[in-house]
Amino acid sequence: MTETMPLSVKHILGTRDMSREDITTILDAADSFKEISTRQIKKVPTLRGRTVINLFFEPSTRTRTSFEIAGKRLSADVINISGSTSSAVKGENLIDSARNLEAMNPDILVIRHASAGAANLLTQFVDCPVINAGDGSHEHPTQALLDLLTIREHMRKESFEGLKVAIIGDIMHSRVVRSNIFAMKTLGMEVTVVGPPTLMPVEISHLGVKVEYDLEKAIRDVDVIMVLRIQLERQNQYNLASLREYSNLFCLTTETLKNARDDVLIIHPGPVNRGIEIALDVMEGEHSLILNQVTNGVAVRMALLYLLLGGGHEDLN
Amino acid sequence: MKILIKGGQLIDPANKREGLYDLVIEKRKVLSVEKSGELSAKDIEGAEIIDAKGLIVAPGFIDMHVHFREPGHEYKETIETGCQSAAAGGFTSVATMPNTDPVNDTRSVTEFILRKAKETGIVNVYPIGAITQGLKGERLSEMGDLKDAGVVGFSDDGRPVMNSELMRRALEYSKMFGLPCIQHSEMLDLTEDGCMNEGFISTALGLKGMPTEAEDIMVYRDISLLPKTGGRLHVAHISSGLSVDLVRQAKAKGLEVTCEVAPHHFALTDEAVKDYDPNAKMSPPLRCKSDIEAIKEGLRDDTIDIIATDHAPHDLIDKQVEFNRACFGIVGLETALPLTLRLVDEKVFSMSKMIEKLTSRPAEIFNLDRGALGVGDIADIVIFDPKAEYEIDVQQFKSKSKNSPFNGWKVKGKVIKTLVAGKTVFSAPSN
Amino acid sequence: MNSVVLNSNDISRAITRIAHEILEKNQGAENLVLVGIRTRGVTLSKRLQEKIKAIENVQVDLGMLDITLYRDDLGSGKNPPQLKATEIAFSIEGKDVILCDDVLFTGRTIRAAFDALMDFGRPASIQLAVLIDRGHRELPIRPDYVGKNIPTSKAMRVKVKLKEDDDGEDQVIVIDQTS
Repeated sequence: MTETMPLSVKHILGTRDMSREDITTILDAADSFKEISTRQIKKVPTLRGRTVINLFFEPSTRTRTSFEIAGKRLSADVINISGSTSSAVKGENLIDSARNLEAMNPDILVIRHASAGAANLLTQFVDCPVINAGDGSHEHPTQALLDLLTIREHMRKESFEGLKVAIIGDIMHSRVVRSNIFAMKTLGMEVTVVGPPTLMPVEISHLGVKVEYDLEKAIRDVDVIMVLRIQLERQNQYNLASLREYSNLFCLTTETLKNARDDVLIIHPGPVNRGIEIALDVMEGEHSLILNQVTNGVAVRMALLYLLLGGGHEDLN
Repeated sequence: MKILIKGGQLIDPANKREGLYDLVIEKRKVLSVEKSGELSAKDIEGAEIIDAKGLIVAPGFIDMHVHFREPGHEYKETIETGCQSAAAGGFTSVATMPNTDPVNDTRSVTEFILRKAKETGIVNVYPIGAITQGLKGERLSEMGDLKDAGVVGFSDDGRPVMNSELMRRALEYSKMFGLPCIQHSEMLDLTEDGCMNEGFISTALGLKGMPTEAEDIMVYRDISLLPKTGGRLHVAHISSGLSVDLVRQAKAKGLEVTCEVAPHHFALTDEAVKDYDPNAKMSPPLRCKSDIEAIKEGLRDDTIDIIATDHAPHDLIDKQVEFNRACFGIVGLETALPLTLRLVDEKVFSMSKMIEKLTSRPAEIFNLDRGALGVGDIADIVIFDPKAEYEIDVQQFKSKSKNSPFNGWKVKGKVIKTLVAGKTVFSAPSN
Repeated sequence: MNSVVLNSNDISRAITRIAHEILEKNQGAENLVLVGIRTRGVTLSKRLQEKIKAIENVQVDLGMLDITLYRDDLGSGKNPPQLKATEIAFSIEGKDVILCDDVLFTGRTIRAAFDALMDFGRPASIQLAVLIDRGHRELPIRPDYVGKNIPTSKAMRVKVKLKEDDDGEDQVIVIDQTS
């Protein structure tokens, strides 16, 4: 019986601490899991009796649902808990929740939280593996992995090595960007980040990415364009002149897309602000892989649950 | 009763003494100081002997920047535990910042602190009064009354005085009482929601940064206010390289500005935050390598006058939370000596210069009758072994709080004894 | 100590015989489908597919089953087994499914395969074809078609080598780890 490469990490906190082998192992496993979601009976008994707790301190429909479906298709019991971070009592929610949940013996905790580092903090209070489903502006590793799975399925090259990607939008506040950059650099891809300087975090180029302010120039030669949601709730009044101007400068339209390769792939982590960062026809056009991403999200999360919980077996022959 | 401290290497920068000396202490004061072995039989007659062979004997350290949390947040630190922490770190005098609850902006709070300190009777406590009432940055506190009650300076520390008009008036008003204004230099509009230095690490961790410009702009503003106001400015916990430059330039022009640095700002960079360690969260935040180099240069050429710990104890309840919600600050008093001695090893300054920045210089700036060991001076003394190696263990801290990023560090330099007015207030456990 | 219990010719003859038995029992190949359990069960099912084609001139559908996700021993600490895709591109509803594996031992793999197959539909029957039955069943499962019964001790290992799986020449070896 061939075993998988063990993941070098116990928790999925971010792609920054993942090796190339980790990423490949996860994407390969996710490939195998895609088939299950095409069956009439979309369920395997693999994680029967296991408990997956989705601990969401920030509203999220897509990611939470995706984890929930992933757990259920593997027959795990999935429990959703939503918390609020607005409590006046400092830190009460996260640490207290963690201690209480730990007492219920979960097998995996999936956490979404508005504070960067919240998932890291959680690991100090629980014994089970923790999956970061987005922590502040830090990381969102499962999103990056599903983005990579989607890219891998459609890219014209054999490997990620040398593949060119442009990421457009609010680079400063985006956890998706950070997770994608860390993973893409580990895989040897060439990453350009595009957006107004007011939405570029300082020293971003130290992460090994190119910075570009001109959309048309940035997308000229790339294999993949990743468009980010412009998150209004994260902007203070100084970052942007107006959405209208942002859209004028950075919206991906059929017109701007003429500067890109004919076979360019377009992804977007969703949810989309139609007409602001991406035009409707581009979003629904031939280059767009946005719906593939959603399907792949379930597969990636099934793969992670399996890889973190599925260890241990006898040799059956 | 007499005490003879014998055979130690005395370093007393105020009196320019450095060498093997014997000291006799009687009635709270230094009775005599002579080259080792040269004291008269009469001087040492009946004295209890402290053998300081191989050790350094110096004036007790003075820390012009501590937070003792009493009144108001006694679960973090009390005046008593703070004083014990000071004694364990070799400090015989501390200046307590006014951000207590209630704020030390009135005579009654100052008197409360002084009374408490006297009752505990461990180290000298010099309260610092608020610049503005309630630290609100709206109206000047009654500086005259505060001075009369015993404060040695004014500060809104923890917060800056943001309003420039108000800061101008504070410098003018405090001048009347001959006391300095101590500024926590931070332009708040540049640091909103910030929780660490702005740089590559904050970008990678997705944390809101606090750029050095926030410090630089305020340091520059306050310096600009000096020539006309004629006030005295003391820049607290300087952390930015450019700010060190600004102070250097101001001093060259003869302006009344002094500044201090906290040991963590030359011992650590923002790399220490990389696992979201809340014990590496302080304000101003840990900066980068180039700032540390500039700080060392500032210490070398005396742009930075003194070393002050910004001792900021916090309970786990305030630290063991999401990084952006954790309180700023670390326990400083008990790690200051070994961390500062590293700079002596690195030849940033001499041992004597280090001691000057921990004793006579702060005494001079804040006009304290401390920090010297001449005949007749008050016998506040630290005896330490600069070579003793050990591992920092926060559980051994006398401070009520254990928040320190230096836990587990292997360091050199151990306080053996601390005496305040001739009374031993700390003795290292012998092992 | 290793001993060869079947050589290449023995294996070939056994597969031919099993093909005949399957066709005899099911009165032809009309309603048959083959499902091999990864990895060597798939190779055997392919050989059976060829034999049936040669005898009856019928191309029987062939599927590949990875039973990993149905194992009853996952999650006790080691690394998870590597997943391979399950590919059953046809309906097994109402079909006579010939489930193929190389070695029948405790029966737990077959139990997992039953569960997996049931998730794809309701076959008319499931029949089990194995190259080697080495005994030591832990579940009430018996094969319908057997290449060879080999009595073994539990300490022994039975290794089926097939050239399609890059094992070198076809043979079945018993490895006695006690001696």
